[in-house]
Amino acid sequence: MPQYMLIMRGTDESNAAMMADIDEMMATTRQFIEEMVKAGVLLAAEGLDDPRQGVVVDFSGEAPVVTDGPYGETKELFGGFFLLDVASKQEAVEWAKRVPAARGSKIEVRRVPGSDEVPQVDG
Amino acid sequence: MGTADVEAVWRIESARIVAALTRFTGDFGLAEDAAQEAVAEALVSWPLACPANPAGWLMATARRRAIDAIRRRTALQDRYALLAADSAVDEEIDVDRVDDDVLALMFVSCHPVLSPEARVALTLRVVGGLSSEEIARAFLVPVPTVQARITRGKKTIAAAGVPFELPAAAERRERLGGVLSVLYVIFTEGATATSGDRLLRPDLAYEAIRLARTLAALQPDEPEVHGLLALCELTAARFPARTGPDGSPVLLDEQDRRRWDFSAIRRGLAALAKASTRGLGPYGLQAAIAATHASAPSVEATDWDRIVLLYEALGRVAPSPVVELNRAVAVAMASGPAQALAIVDELIASDRLPGSHLIPTVRGELLARLGRRPEARAELELAARLCANQRERSVLLRKAAALS
Repeated sequence: MPQYMLIMRGTDESNAAMMADIDEMMATTRQFIEEMVKAGVLLAAEGLDDPRQGVVVDFSGEAPVVTDGPYGETKELFGGFFLLDVASKQEAVEWAKRVPAARGSKIEVRRVPGSDEVPQVDG
Repeated sequence: MGTADVEAVWRIESARIVAALTRFTGDFGLAEDAAQEAVAEALVSWPLACPANPAGWLMATARRRAIDAIRRRTALQDRYALLAADSAVDEEIDVDRVDDDVLALMFVSCHPVLSPEARVALTLRVVGGLSSEEIARAFLVPVPTVQARITRGKKTIAAAGVPFELPAAAERRERLGGVLSVLYVIFTEGATATSGDRLLRPDLAYEAIRLARTLAALQPDEPEVHGLLALCELTAARFPARTGPDGSPVLLDEQDRRRWDFSAIRRGLAALAKASTRGLGPYGLQAAIAATHASAPSVEATDWDRIVLLYEALGRVAPSPVVELNRAVAVAMASGPAQALAIVDELIASDRLPGSHLIPTVRGELLARLGRRPEARAELELAARLCANQRERSVLLRKAAALS
């Protein structure tokens, strides 16, 4: 059945809001995860660490170039994901609305093609 | 908000709403009717003005409809008073209690007083949140048939005075087995449609997997729940390779194993590990067989000896002619067709699977491998006559034709 990834996109503002009460955020997130498990829809969920601790491997040139720190100048950084097995895109969106996300952040909802499909990308 | 959006919210909320209302009214049928009325209202009003909290709106509306229904039954004034006093149901829901209520709802929907068809229909409708139309489409039956099954089922529950509670410890295991077999029936109908022109109905298999995941989350200490979930995940993992581009079935030995869903296999193996804590039950054993296939790079490289042992164990805990037939297929792979044919002929002699296309299918294959072509062809033609799935039938006829 259709799988969707809810991609968490935090901004500096939302990350700060989240860190201000991280215990509360962790508790509500755990509760939310449990709810999705009991609904039989959650396949995987992960959150990412501080983007400044990350490394970027850049393939622009002949050989990959490695730089320390966050990815580019992007305002919204990928901070984690939920992978859902749901009946419809609308259901994925409905779950996305229920994510205890910090104010200012965004969630991108993307379909994950089945193992027997070729991913479609325009352009 | 459109119909699909309303349905999406309903999918997520239906079990909790019907469960909570059944607890508050003590009447499963009334709770289900009230919940359905709320959805019908949502389908009309949400496209015009979407509520800020759709889930809360559904619960509040369903609760109001339940109160209306009880008001109409003047004899039940006391219940109405009880209900009206407990206004907390809209806002604060005790999570642990909701879990038990959803579990109780599964037990009621799969109650042994119900006919097998009613159990399936009620489980999909009430716990799974499917509409009668969706259930009818999934089982290729007319919508009124599904509606009649649900109505009769609710009446049966009321007439038998089935209480809304978790079964007592003494009968818990047996009742859980009843729930598992309903989920298994739903899954197998999705995995091998018994009729119609499509081999697989993945949407139906998906519903069973989803319900099995819910049950595994609510009953984490029951190995057979994880066993069933593992069996479903590992079987569904092969779906992408099981049909050709034209929808015709592709048998295990011809499947392109690169098309198997490896994430589903990983989930299935994880569930199987949880099922293995204290010896495997019937579902766990079937999952272990599926896991042996899933971990093999090819039919030839499959550990057929292990599969024979697992079928023997399965035959001891859950004896059935179908298990015996599958054991014969495994024996053919492990030790050759002659030994397998002896098992099949014993099955025929005891007449334990009359009228099934499975025995002549297997017998035909074994005879073909033994070089007894005219007999093999006759068996495969007999199998085709007995088979109700058009896709499977055409494969059988093709094989028979290839032997002439």
